[in-house]
Amino acid sequence: MSDDASRNLFQQQEANRRRTFWLVFGFVLFFAWLGFGGDYVLYLYTLEASPGEYHHSFPWFGIALSLVALAIAWYAYKTGPEKVLWATGAREVVDPQDPKHRQLVNVVEEMAIAAGVPRPRIWIVDDADPNAFATGTEPSNAHVSVTRGLLEACSRDELQGVIGHELGHVKNLDVRLMTTLAALVGAVALMHDGATRVLRGGIRVGGRGGGGSRGDKKGGGGVLLLILLVVWIVSWILAPLITQLLAIAVSRKREYLADAMSAQFTRNPLALASALQKIESAAAPTAKIKRGAAHLCIADPLGRRFTGREGFVADLLASHPPMAKRIAILRGMGYAQIKKDGGVAS
Amino acid sequence: MGSLVFLALVVLLVGWLISAYNGLISLKNQTLNAFKQIDVQLKRRHDLIPNLVNAVKGAMDFEKSTLEAVIQARNQAVKVNAAGPEAIRQISQAENALSSALSRLMVVVEQYPQLKATGNIGQLQEELTSTENKVSFARQLYNDTATHYNTKQQQFPTNLVAGIAKAQVADLWEIEEQTERAVPQVDLSTKPKA
Repeated sequence: MSDDASRNLFQQQEANRRRTFWLVFGFVLFFAWLGFGGDYVLYLYTLEASPGEYHHSFPWFGIALSLVALAIAWYAYKTGPEKVLWATGAREVVDPQDPKHRQLVNVVEEMAIAAGVPRPRIWIVDDADPNAFATGTEPSNAHVSVTRGLLEACSRDELQGVIGHELGHVKNLDVRLMTTLAALVGAVALMHDGATRVLRGGIRVGGRGGGGSRGDKKGGGGVLLLILLVVWIVSWILAPLITQLLAIAVSRKREYLADAMSAQFTRNPLALASALQKIESAAAPTAKIKRGAAHLCIADPLGRRFTGREGFVADLLASHPPMAKRIAILRGMGYAQIKKDGGVAS
Repeated sequence: MGSLVFLALVVLLVGWLISAYNGLISLKNQTLNAFKQIDVQLKRRHDLIPNLVNAVKGAMDFEKSTLEAVIQARNQAVKVNAAGPEAIRQISQAENALSSALSRLMVVVEQYPQLKATGNIGQLQEELTSTENKVSFARQLYNDTATHYNTKQQQFPTNLVAGIAKAQVADLWEIEEQTERAVPQVDLSTKPKA
């Protein structure tokens, strides 16, 4: 088992490194498309203009947007963990006085030893709903964050299971992919809001000045221009949606794996199962954790309907696998272990 | 054509040799590192115990023997400074004795509610639990890593490279049956002890 597990781990790490690269690459490529597409549309638009007027011949927009996208991606990768923690309003546990905080620090230290990773920095989100997430770019630069509600609801063993799950994400580098994604989702949302405002203004101005003199002048170029324009505008509109779907698709399968890693670290899958049960039964959404960081959490903080279901639609729309199935798998592991040890379930 | 095929085979073989060798070396170092981690945690525990005993000494005059057993086991464990193939066995014996003495102490503390109610005993218990967990998780990581290393060096075809990489079977950190069994016996019944 150990042999398989570590080969899997290596593959997971490699896959996550690769996926992070492609994510960033795709992000830049998408912006390049938006920029150069805009350039081309503008080029076709000004092709017919009389010699004295402006001709768009140099792809300024494309170059500028590509550079901006590169800068954003770099910035997102570098400061992603900080941004995620800042967005949830987490406070770092530095010198714990409260016994519950002391226990959290101890549990995190224990699980870091079990997982064989450096001790991550520990944060608490002041929210009554039990939830937890991990962020970071690699094991030596990792953060584990839990809500106040989790500390209050969980026993020591259950807390251990949850932290084990988060350190599973840290160890197989899920955190790198998911944090970069979270930062990019945030950046796209921001850019989109800004660009929509500018674009709306632009269209209004264009409508007033242009009139109806374009379409009848030239047939072929006009149609091409129109198609390009439509595709281009549609990509602008879809940008935040695509990044959202990406975030969702990326996180669903990983939760099962992190559950299994937690069981491997704690050797106590039943404790994690009972922790998940508690997290699930506390129905209130985690108010402090917004859409952008939802896919980082151990349980969907938004309490979305699709999370409870399996199938194609759920695969598309839910960021987390159904809790009942996760609990069932963990219980299966737990009872198999008890049976092997020849004991009885307590 | 034939020589090309031969060349390709040689390149493949050398590539495999290198990756198998490097794989074994990296596992060997991981195993060593995991062993060092146990050391770190054991050292931490040795440092913690005097404080712990001082903290409960005043409140536990009536349980002198339990405390003395803890101190004795601790001093014994600190003294062990073995090297070579016997090292793991000797260290683990001493540490297991310390573990069982500590868990007896924990059980005793549990038995006196008035003790638990006074001051920081609860916090102390938490520290003790955590220390014991850290030791056992470090041990678990070492055993997992060492098992992986041992399996790898014995499996075909990696075992062909094991000699070159100077791979040796790593001892696992065993938990001795009798000390493990001796730990959690608490007799709360009223019948007189034999």
